Amino acid sequence: MKELKVTPIKNGTVIDHITTGMALKVLKILGIGENIASTVSVVIHVPSAKKSWKDILKVEDRELSPREVDKIALIAPDATINIIRNYSVAEKYRVQVPDVARAILQCANPSCITNSDEPLETEFLVKSKDPLRVRCKYCERELEDIASNLL
Amino acid sequence: MDFRGTDLISIADLSKEAIYEVLDVAREMTPIARGEMMDERLKGKVLATLFFEPSTRTRLSFESATQRLGGRVLSFGMPEATSITKGETLADTVRMVEAYSDILVLRHPQEGAARLAAEFSEKPVINAGDGAGQHPTQTLLDLFTIWDEKEVIEGIRVVLLGDLKYGRTVHSLAYALALLGAELTLVAPPTLQMPREIVDLVRELGREPKQVEDPREAIKDADVLYVTRIQKERFPDPQEYLKVAGSYRIDLPLLRDGRKDLIIMHPLPRVKEIAPEVDRTPHALYFRQAFNGVPVRMALLSLILGA
Repeated sequence: MKELKVTPIKNGTVIDHITTGMALKVLKILGIGENIASTVSVVIHVPSAKKSWKDILKVEDRELSPREVDKIALIAPDATINIIRNYSVAEKYRVQVPDVARAILQCANPSCITNSDEPLETEFLVKSKDPLRVRCKYCERELEDIASNLL
Repeated sequence: MDFRGTDLISIADLSKEAIYEVLDVAREMTPIARGEMMDERLKGKVLATLFFEPSTRTRLSFESATQRLGGRVLSFGMPEATSITKGETLADTVRMVEAYSDILVLRHPQEGAARLAAEFSEKPVINAGDGAGQHPTQTLLDLFTIWDEKEVIEGIRVVLLGDLKYGRTVHSLAYALALLGAELTLVAPPTLQMPREIVDLVRELGREPKQVEDPREAIKDADVLYVTRIQKERFPDPQEYLKVAGSYRIDLPLLRDGRKDLIIMHPLPRVKEIAPEVDRTPHALYFRQAFNGVPVRMALLSLILGA
């Protein structure tokens, strides 16, 4: 019996080693919803050699933007990005948590100036990468739930 | 530190050395603040105050500080009388006002407003309180009051008592006191304890704050007692408020257990936290603390404007 019933893809991206439970959030980051033209495979909670469990995403005919990769790093800091061209891995790298998260997170503090109608981008300083802790540059509050506050 | 042209948004922007530099200059400014000496180093300078929230002490002491040094103050009355009501963003208001002045002082109900103002203004910005966030000039005047009275801050025992959860002044003060090496004791009702984030910050600076329940126990060997207001609206049950407010009230019988040279501070306005009879004792320093806002703000204006 094959362990993974997912076929290889010709062109696209495989995101491996996603923190288990985060695959659906990564789909959201990629904007994959009802209107999709290519095949997307989602594998949730499979055994991992690095950590005990992981999720995997395979997205056909799609390569990721740096902004999308930064967002993924914030919720799945161990994820690896494999770019597939003509059935083989053309590029492979691990996501990196940025030192500063610009315009990818929203501050959860309702009275923070970034939640008003001002011409600015949000900015979070990464205080610690493991465990991930970020602080709003403006109101200086720590963001508790990073995954729910992605822009 | 070269203060010229810099913003002051959060007390964490200042190193230990920079804080002491402000305190040194504030001491030089004290006779000028009292009107005993004349000084015109800010002659020709214009300070703009943008107060989007009511304030008595902070605004008046900034105005007094500027005028005692020969500068002029520009301000709008109430925010309702400005283009803010027409939907103008803070960023645009700041860009307009900086064209009319040399330095901006901002108080705003939203946290992070001063950081935003500093980004849009070429002129220096001083944060005079942003919502529940930072109020660095209050922290500096609190530090100045302690230092001016005790000569040192390192090693002195400071009790922070009252509403330690919502009181913004105590958050920045706890951080700054830890940075300068003071020993902290925290006394608060169970629902108004110091937030974990602030306690963690203090610990990161190598200090372990003591948590004590009984005010009498806490003040026994304290050098400084810093009292904050316990606000009625924080309690759903008025009976509970009365009980808590009563047990944290500072009066003469409580002070009998304290040291003779204990000083009592309060950011004001006080309601019932300190009994009026305490005002007449040598412990009471809160009115001098309010005055100290002037020399401290004079020091900052002088350092930032390079005058």
